[in-house]
Amino acid sequence: MMRFLLLPLAVLLLTAPALARPGPDEIMEDPALEARAMVLYRQLRCVVCQSQSIGDSNADLAADMRVVVRERLLAGDSDAEVRAYLQQRYGDYVLMLPPVQANTLALWGFPIVLLVLGGGMAVFFVRRQAQREETELSAEEEAQLAALKREEGLE
Amino acid sequence: MSRFLVFAPLALFLALAVYFAVGLREDPTDIPSQLIDAPLPEFDLPPIQGFDEGLSSADLAGEVVLLNYFGSWCPPCLVEHPMLMQIARSGDVPIYGIDWRDAPGAGTAWLQRHGNPYTRIGDDASGRLAIEFGITGAPETFVIDRQGRVRYRHVGVITQDVWRETLRPMIEALREE
Repeated sequence: MMRFLLLPLAVLLLTAPALARPGPDEIMEDPALEARAMVLYRQLRCVVCQSQSIGDSNADLAADMRVVVRERLLAGDSDAEVRAYLQQRYGDYVLMLPPVQANTLALWGFPIVLLVLGGGMAVFFVRRQAQREETELSAEEEAQLAALKREEGLE
Repeated sequence: MSRFLVFAPLALFLALAVYFAVGLREDPTDIPSQLIDAPLPEFDLPPIQGFDEGLSSADLAGEVVLLNYFGSWCPPCLVEHPMLMQIARSGDVPIYGIDWRDAPGAGTAWLQRHGNPYTRIGDDASGRLAIEFGITGAPETFVIDRQGRVRYRHVGVITQDVWRETLRPMIEALREE
């Protein structure tokens, strides 16, 4: 049963991104520029679709933003300048990868803080566990254990 | 030490709960405008079909005005339209329009059917200028001061409340400057 489901599922997963792609009339003549444009499309957010890049979205505004990317590339902008051009007009929001700066410190820093905190706690507890196993029983505890074992008829 | 550590997960949970309670209430579609207090981008748009005059940034200079991005394809613009007509009739403030991404003639037909609240209209058929304005959707309205600086942007429909409580007081204050 699973095997029958897996193939269509795989096909669906692999083809989904191809459904909304820059149209054939959008391909740039210069293959080097086209390659850079394709990378930039994925780095810029479509501002009406929120969590899609302009390369993934078929919204009209995303198409217009792709036009701007190509226009800037043809004007000789570097990749960083193209991103800055749209960032100036739409803010940090337009970048798929948020820049590291004062107001994103929590965003970038929190996973590291969590890792250090969690890792520290893990090390702390594992060490304590290990220490406990090494301690030997006192003479009194030894006697109690022997008494219990006798009671249970283990010795 | 370990006694306090026991409460760490609870403290973390509470901190995150507060964070999300605040964060999830924010409207993710509300993208702050980069144009606030910046000069208007310079532009010179052609007229829409059937009109003689287009719209350029020079037309807006010298007085406080509203600049409204609209399109005949945009349902919320139709909802907003009677409010714009009311503002235009009252003569409180001139409204300039930019017809965004409309097919030739579509904007003209729409205005003929519903009325024209705009002093002048420019045609942004390609949508290229909209990106200079950082437009995310229609309708969007900018309040522009006498020096030609953008002072406020309203995203979405101008309702009676928005007009009475935000836009009109702001326009009056800007006239005093």
